[in-house]
Amino acid sequence: MIPIDIIQKTAETLMDKAAIEIPQDYLDGLQAAANVEDGDLSSFVLEAMLENYKAAKEDRRAMCGDTGTPRWYVKMGNETRIEGGPIALEAALRRATANATNGVPLRPNRVHPLWRTDHDNNVGIGAPEIEYGYEPGGEWIDLITVHKGGLFGTDYRMLFPSDGIQGIKRFYLDCLVAFGKRGLACQPAIIGIGLGGCKDTCMVLGKRAACLRVVGSRNSDPRIAELELELKELGNSIGMGAMGFVGKSMVIDANIEVGYCHTGGMQMSVHAFCLSSRRAVARVFADGRVEYRTDPDWFTDYQRRETVEWDMPQNHEKSA
Amino acid sequence: MGHASKPRKIRLSTTPTPEALAELRLGDVVYLDGLIYTAREGVYKRALEDKANIPMELPGESAANFHCSPAAAINEDGTFRLGAVTATASFRFSKWIGQWMAKSGAKLIIGKGGMSVKDYQEHFVPNGAIYLTTVGYGTGALLGRGVKRVKTVHWNKELGLAQAMWVFEADNMGPFIVESDLAGNSLFERENAKISANLEKVYEGTVPAVLKRFGETDDRSDEMIG
Repeated sequence: MIPIDIIQKTAETLMDKAAIEIPQDYLDGLQAAANVEDGDLSSFVLEAMLENYKAAKEDRRAMCGDTGTPRWYVKMGNETRIEGGPIALEAALRRATANATNGVPLRPNRVHPLWRTDHDNNVGIGAPEIEYGYEPGGEWIDLITVHKGGLFGTDYRMLFPSDGIQGIKRFYLDCLVAFGKRGLACQPAIIGIGLGGCKDTCMVLGKRAACLRVVGSRNSDPRIAELELELKELGNSIGMGAMGFVGKSMVIDANIEVGYCHTGGMQMSVHAFCLSSRRAVARVFADGRVEYRTDPDWFTDYQRRETVEWDMPQNHEKSA
Repeated sequence: MGHASKPRKIRLSTTPTPEALAELRLGDVVYLDGLIYTAREGVYKRALEDKANIPMELPGESAANFHCSPAAAINEDGTFRLGAVTATASFRFSKWIGQWMAKSGAKLIIGKGGMSVKDYQEHFVPNGAIYLTTVGYGTGALLGRGVKRVKTVHWNKELGLAQAMWVFEADNMGPFIVESDLAGNSLFERENAKISANLEKVYEGTVPAVLKRFGETDDRSDEMIG
């Protein structure tokens, strides 16, 4: 049984870490981009961002004033039980979100879509989102918070098999060029691409590809992995850099996730996870132990399974 | 970092003289001193549509309008805790900006992504104003460091923390980049034009989507933010 007070306390720490500490994989990716960038203005912007990450950590203040829309991805092992059950878990995550909004402080971004009511705590109807995943074996809970920002950089297109890879490239470029202008996508970004599923799941896949995979990770399907690298290079060949200035740093990494779709279609979504790629992860065990990390490790073989059955004992060690 | 040359750095008052503004060139990096206030859709609607009295002396106290909501909180004793400060995209405020400038005398509009050249020509040039863009986006922690203190916050009860009118004392606050000059030229548009020249090559071999949807455009000059 996982103690609920440790879940809430850990969740509060994660909110703070996500807002303030740029994940090392993204930082390394941005440093690599800065090293090759030769556009005058783009270079200046990347240098300023590197300085900004340092300032955020030194001052323990949020790295960006738009602290995004906090959400939770929760994953559990098959044997996990939470003290107080799922209702207590959700209450703890809502409390942590509200407390951290005032504590860090974060910007209270969440408002009612029509009445613009702001509770000043990032909590409201459907906010924060809480999504779940499960793994075979183990008694632990992974708490993953992502504070993705932005009104720009995300789009969906219904493609068809006849659109092919060139149609995928076309939509990818359309998104990067349109949202990259004036830097509205807050690039260079981790670009997540969802392919397949239904319209809603396609959006979910793309968002998770952007937010739940680290820079440098590759899809386990080698042909998809190859396409990821190709799209990364294509994005960086547009001639556009940070803030839409002339440059070559648009994409820190391109991540693709797929889901089986309707036989006649090839749904595609594109998501840009910005210069402040806010994500933080912790695993809480039944004995109260907490391990912090920045890799959500969401897309395990189990999450990408294609088969009807899953052979629990054989895959237990790998997935837990 | 490669072969990039460094842009010019300039200190500027938030109640700038016309001469100081005339000195600025597109792409200059600016650091601000003086009072800055935040105003975005909430403040614009309240001041311009609901005709509420602006609770500051403008532009005497400040001629710098920041399109911003800070990551900040008000303590129980009425003091403030300010963390990071970054801008929100400005092009959405086009419908109010002319009227706001006339009413507030703002000379510096600070935000994200700039506004259209049409807005610069119609509203900024006649009012002797320029646009400063934040950098990144965004350098929230650096800008937060540049706020010496929060002087006050107006209309937080009416508008909520995110839309309230925050008043900051800026001390060498930056970096910002000069996006428009007194003649209404735009740095973003200049860069867009250079990048567009390469687009045909990048797009080579790709195909338009089989399903064409009403409302989508293939005409690059037809986008809302060009």
